[in-house]
Amino acid sequence: MNKNDLDLPTKNTWCPGCGNFGILQAIKNAISILEKKGIKKENFVLTTGIGCHAKIVDYLNINTFYGLHGRALAVAVGIKIGNPNLKLITCSGDGDSYNEGISHLIYAAKRNIDLTILIHNNRNFALTTGQYSATSPKGFKGRSTPMGSLEAAFNPLELMMASGATFVARGYTAKIDHLTNLITQAVEHKGFSFIDILDPCVAWFNTYEDYNKRVYELKDNEVSSKEEATKRTWEWDYNNGDKIPIGVFYKIQKPTFDQEINSELIKIQNIDNKIKEILEKKI
Amino acid sequence: MPKEFSILIGGAAGEGTRMSGQLIGKLLNQQGWRIFIYEDYQSLITGGHNFSIIRASSERISAPTKMIDYLIALNQDTLQKHKGRLKKEGLIIYNLDQIKGEKGVGIAALTITNQLGGKPIMKNSSFLGALGKVLGIDWQAIEDLLKREFGEKADLNLKIAKAGFDQAKTYRKIEKLNQKPLALITGNEAVALGALKAGLEVYISYPMTPASSILHYLAGFKNIITFQPENEIEVINAAIGSAYTGKRTMVGSSGGGFALMVEALSLAAQSETPIVIVESQRPAPATGLPTYTAQGDLLFVLSAGHGDFVRFVVAPGDAEEAFYLTGLAMNVSWKYQMPSIVLIDKEISEDTFNLDESVINRVDKKEVKIWDKKGEYKRYLDTSDGVSPLAFPGEVNAVVKATSYEHDEFGITAEEDEEQIKRMQEKRQRKYISLAREIQDLELVKVFGDKNSEKAIIIFGSNKGIGMELGKELGLRVIQPLVFQPFPEEQMKTALSGVKKIFTIETNATAQLAQFLNCQGIKVDDSILKYTGRPFFVEELREELKKKIQ
Repeated sequence: MNKNDLDLPTKNTWCPGCGNFGILQAIKNAISILEKKGIKKENFVLTTGIGCHAKIVDYLNINTFYGLHGRALAVAVGIKIGNPNLKLITCSGDGDSYNEGISHLIYAAKRNIDLTILIHNNRNFALTTGQYSATSPKGFKGRSTPMGSLEAAFNPLELMMASGATFVARGYTAKIDHLTNLITQAVEHKGFSFIDILDPCVAWFNTYEDYNKRVYELKDNEVSSKEEATKRTWEWDYNNGDKIPIGVFYKIQKPTFDQEINSELIKIQNIDNKIKEILEKKI
Repeated sequence: MPKEFSILIGGAAGEGTRMSGQLIGKLLNQQGWRIFIYEDYQSLITGGHNFSIIRASSERISAPTKMIDYLIALNQDTLQKHKGRLKKEGLIIYNLDQIKGEKGVGIAALTITNQLGGKPIMKNSSFLGALGKVLGIDWQAIEDLLKREFGEKADLNLKIAKAGFDQAKTYRKIEKLNQKPLALITGNEAVALGALKAGLEVYISYPMTPASSILHYLAGFKNIITFQPENEIEVINAAIGSAYTGKRTMVGSSGGGFALMVEALSLAAQSETPIVIVESQRPAPATGLPTYTAQGDLLFVLSAGHGDFVRFVVAPGDAEEAFYLTGLAMNVSWKYQMPSIVLIDKEISEDTFNLDESVINRVDKKEVKIWDKKGEYKRYLDTSDGVSPLAFPGEVNAVVKATSYEHDEFGITAEEDEEQIKRMQEKRQRKYISLAREIQDLELVKVFGDKNSEKAIIIFGSNKGIGMELGKELGLRVIQPLVFQPFPEEQMKTALSGVKKIFTIETNATAQLAQFLNCQGIKVDDSILKYTGRPFFVEELREELKKKIQ
């Protein structure tokens, strides 16, 4: 393995045309930009859950933790608490973090832990051959719902606004430069950064054409206004709406959990004496 | 025969009887008596009925007796429930504000407390004073204790205690024993301190009785991080993440919480991440009896987790073993990069034991195999003992790839290469062999009682104390395995040499220890089981043993 290159000589097993290629490229671009800005390569850690998104660990020559399904963020939280100096990027899927692991998503946002989560939102369970997920539209015909799913999609951006995320954005894998910029900003943001990435699935839910028609880039929106940001998340709620905004919806500063939990640690010089002192009081 | 006596103090939840029991234990401890305190309480915050049994003996003990010498009743309920336990020559000390027309020593505890301007909870001090007088303990000893415990706030408590002391008469003067007092500590505190000695840096836990007090206790330490996440799944995954950065990390729960952690237990094994899990058993299935005890998770912890993998499982039987074995588990986890489980139960967790501080010297933070920074870093380097050198993210020139997938030496997914798959599975199994070999020099099986008896009882965990005591009294060989995985076959064989009949004593309904031993080729003849949520009491087990074994 080449230590300085971000690439690995592994075989890529995503389908040709898969949206994940764009996300991989944008992540590499962002890491290169951030390295130039002074973040050392060895301080990046990328965690994933299980799903098509997660194969990314085998394509990136950086520290990675390839976790369990739904637990990409759960492991990342522990890594950040263990070493707050690391730059955490979590890649997760809609099935991974909106279905199986949604509790961790809500709580990581609530705590404002300083890391970046990228949701490869292809709006179905792709690696398990195309079942409906939390962001599949109602009526989605997959192998588990041949007559169409009965549940409407939920709106993950609105959920993140309500949960306390301090950086909320949406990107589109087909707009790599825009996405690179979003990821760079997200990693630089001190706090919980969330990017839902529109990620067409060529095998089970090919949405390229639809997105290409409807996606537009947000400009001059007031990112510090919770009210405005929340309203913008309603423009397209993954079920209804005409245009699909991408870009930063919300960005504010708040204290981070990893910093606060690590802030008042005091080293015990002699643990034996400390334990003896404790036991003395227990006589 | 050892000299001994027992005191039961009971009242409603919220009345402070547990604290009171702890103070009584300390008072007697300082008189040179060896102490064990059994706690019995229910899953509620106020009302109900709580009691503690403080057993004092001239020798070390760690089991409760059914019959008591002194009953301290804060309310009528306590009197009714426990009067039958009182020995013929026993004495009742009761709350005169709530109980009328009883023989013994009546103390108008609340009246005294109110008159002296104390809070209702302080009435406990009047019972402490009264008990001290009943046992013929010098007032000075009580005064010293309260001053030490309450510091500047001792004043009111001293007045209330003195009033209780003055209202009582000496009933039976106990002697001051010529023994150095030992610390009084719960198993949960001992687990926490043992982990700290072995270098604990992060403790992550979701509240669940009877493990919660480990979290409460460790939260008071400023040198480590304690974290209470949203659920047990986050608990163990975050612990794995924290350990991946090089932090010595432990988690704790009871059976239900551990059940939620099981998928990630398998992740710890596959990713070769060192974590220590404390599992404090309580009666199940499901919610069971949250505040009571059982040994119903033995087979569960030994087999939990999908796939073939190895773990280190220890089962301490008192506070000293909890300290030592938790420390050992931490070191084993880090040396062999595998999960360890410290299996205890409510009696170990919440009862109070004597602990000899010399145990501190038995635990050290052992060094681990760290990458030598030469060549390219391979997280899963295949080595002769199966252990790969560790590097942590942030290390220059090391790319640390940990994974839940089967993988090659770098940590890259390996699905096609069968040789590779086989090699990694064998590498992980080899760590287990290396571990089994290394620990065989440690004392993994203890033998008590009559070591030549042809009749053996095998016990584990919280049944150690009662087994030791009755083994000695009845002339039986008592065998206690401390480690269940890797199972110490050789030491067990030695311990059993010359034995013709084997019995197990277990606090569960399906004789899980016997089932396990049978799988190890150790034929168990019979088992004595209790599954009411309460531990064995000395008298009842003595009768059972006499009937079944002698």
